[in-house]
Amino acid sequence: MAQVILYNVTNGLIIGTFYVLMALGLSLILNLSNVINFAHGNFLALGGYLAFTLSPTLGYWGALLVSPILTALIGVAVERLMIRRIYNRDPVYSLLFTFGLAFVMQDLARYIWGPNPVPLGLPDALARPVTPDLFFITWYRVFMVVVVVLTVVGLFVFLRRSRIGLRIRAGTLDLETVATLGVNVRHLRTFNFGLGCLLAGLSGVLAAGQIGLNPNLGDDLLMPSFIAIIVGGVGSLIGTLLGGLLIGMAAALTTALYPTASEAVIYAILMAVLLLRPRGLMGEEGMMS
Amino acid sequence: MTTAALAPPVKGSAKPNQLVLIAIWALLVTVPFWLPLLGGYTALAAKVLVFGLAAMALNLLLGFTGVLSFGHAAYFGLGAYGAGLTLRYLVHSTPLAIVAGTLLGGIAGTLFGLLIVRRRGVYFAMCTIAFGQLWYYLAYSWNGFTGGFDGLRDFHREPIGFGPLTFDIAAGDTRFYYFLLAIFAASVALMGLLLRSPFGRTLVAIRENERRARFLGIPTERHIWLSFSVSCFFTALAGTMYALLNNFADPLTLHYSLSGYFVVMTVIGGMRTFWGPLAGAVVFVMLQDYISSMTVNWMSFIGVIFMLVVLFFPRGLLGTIRRRMAS
Repeated sequence: MAQVILYNVTNGLIIGTFYVLMALGLSLILNLSNVINFAHGNFLALGGYLAFTLSPTLGYWGALLVSPILTALIGVAVERLMIRRIYNRDPVYSLLFTFGLAFVMQDLARYIWGPNPVPLGLPDALARPVTPDLFFITWYRVFMVVVVVLTVVGLFVFLRRSRIGLRIRAGTLDLETVATLGVNVRHLRTFNFGLGCLLAGLSGVLAAGQIGLNPNLGDDLLMPSFIAIIVGGVGSLIGTLLGGLLIGMAAALTTALYPTASEAVIYAILMAVLLLRPRGLMGEEGMMS
Repeated sequence: MTTAALAPPVKGSAKPNQLVLIAIWALLVTVPFWLPLLGGYTALAAKVLVFGLAAMALNLLLGFTGVLSFGHAAYFGLGAYGAGLTLRYLVHSTPLAIVAGTLLGGIAGTLFGLLIVRRRGVYFAMCTIAFGQLWYYLAYSWNGFTGGFDGLRDFHREPIGFGPLTFDIAAGDTRFYYFLLAIFAASVALMGLLLRSPFGRTLVAIRENERRARFLGIPTERHIWLSFSVSCFFTALAGTMYALLNNFADPLTLHYSLSGYFVVMTVIGGMRTFWGPLAGAVVFVMLQDYISSMTVNWMSFIGVIFMLVVLFFPRGLLGTIRRRMAS
């Protein structure tokens, strides 16, 4: 029994880390640019597929490093060429646009890499279990959690300590004032969009090593990420972090006890938060209106 | 019901509007005669009416109240499942199925509206998307009751009326089309009247400047909630019609993709016009029918259409026409 619970807690932690990375990227873009990036899951899948293509030449470690950066660059190009044009319009347009973009990216992935699932090969050192007793705790899972923790800590330090991070946080609160103070808001938003896509790409490479790749990979992670953001509190990155972990854990524990309800429990949490604490766990009053 | 009652609440142009209205209704009434000549089929026109009704209902919220719901597929799908489940498990009666489906979707929307009415803009949209997916997963995983992934089958629409007054809508597509057109006309008339009423004018005032409307003492949140609720009821009604049309309730009617389709229909036709969503539905259904028969990569085409409309055609068909006429 203890093993079963441990197994599911581990799973929850792993799934939670995917949600966290994805939701943090979504949240960054939402906070600064007021855009819900429907295509975020497709940037995640793109990161994974790029690693799949690059790993034969660069090796796993090279691909792990390069593909998130490539994903970010593609994100920057998309933002520069298209999304930038619709920032100042009614939110309906940015939603429709990223929604269409998600369709196109998903179809492109299917066209380039085929409709069938493909695995991303791992180095032998990572594929082994840590101890023979607990077969489900592989070094890869440990590695994944370490990478995510380092990334999240790095992101928060970057946002707190660096000049650009400071500007991103200030822009979240009041973009007009930031622009008045002489910050190039256009560049700031582009950078921020790229940063969000970098997190999605990294999360895609990590997810590919654990659950493999398919063109719909991002879709299954998108809704829980939305919910993680609402539950955590829109406008708060710490909230998004907590929301992602909470939702991952809840889904994994329910899978252990009553598998059919594993999706439902996420929505139950959403409803409970909307009812009892509408601003979310860490959200500030008025951020969502 | 007079055609004048259906006029969109637009200031100025009264006379040309009536001619356009007569043309619209004449075209709709004669569909079974001219559509086959153009290579279409009546069921396709029925699909246009169903989606057109749903998009017009969404537009009540999106275009006339200025509130963005990206989760209207939920209420459409709940309507479809409500009607289907009623016909399959409870009674073999088309009117009761319609009432049950409409109530199911409408009440779900009304209750959920209470929770999110304080949200605005993208945050409102995000809550509607997330909540909408709940019903998709529910229909998907509750296999025994809803048919799960394969959808709900084994029900079909029943003739309506009694004895000599029976109208057998189950018999053919054309008969059902006229039944659907009657429901569509009644709904559109109601929505038109609503938008011309003081309540409808208040919604437009909220869209234009919510803060000012609040300063004038208008309970804006209650109005937005009511608008959301009315919109959900009509969307659910459209959903029941979809289930009756196909004799099938598909879990994809609950998926957020369909919500996106409703929004894009509204935008293609013109968000701030009354008839725009119907025009958008015509374009969208025809394109989808054509593209999906030509290529398996229809998703890219639909996606590209979304992006092009946003970048180059944000006012939509009727919005552009109206602007041309005004200048």
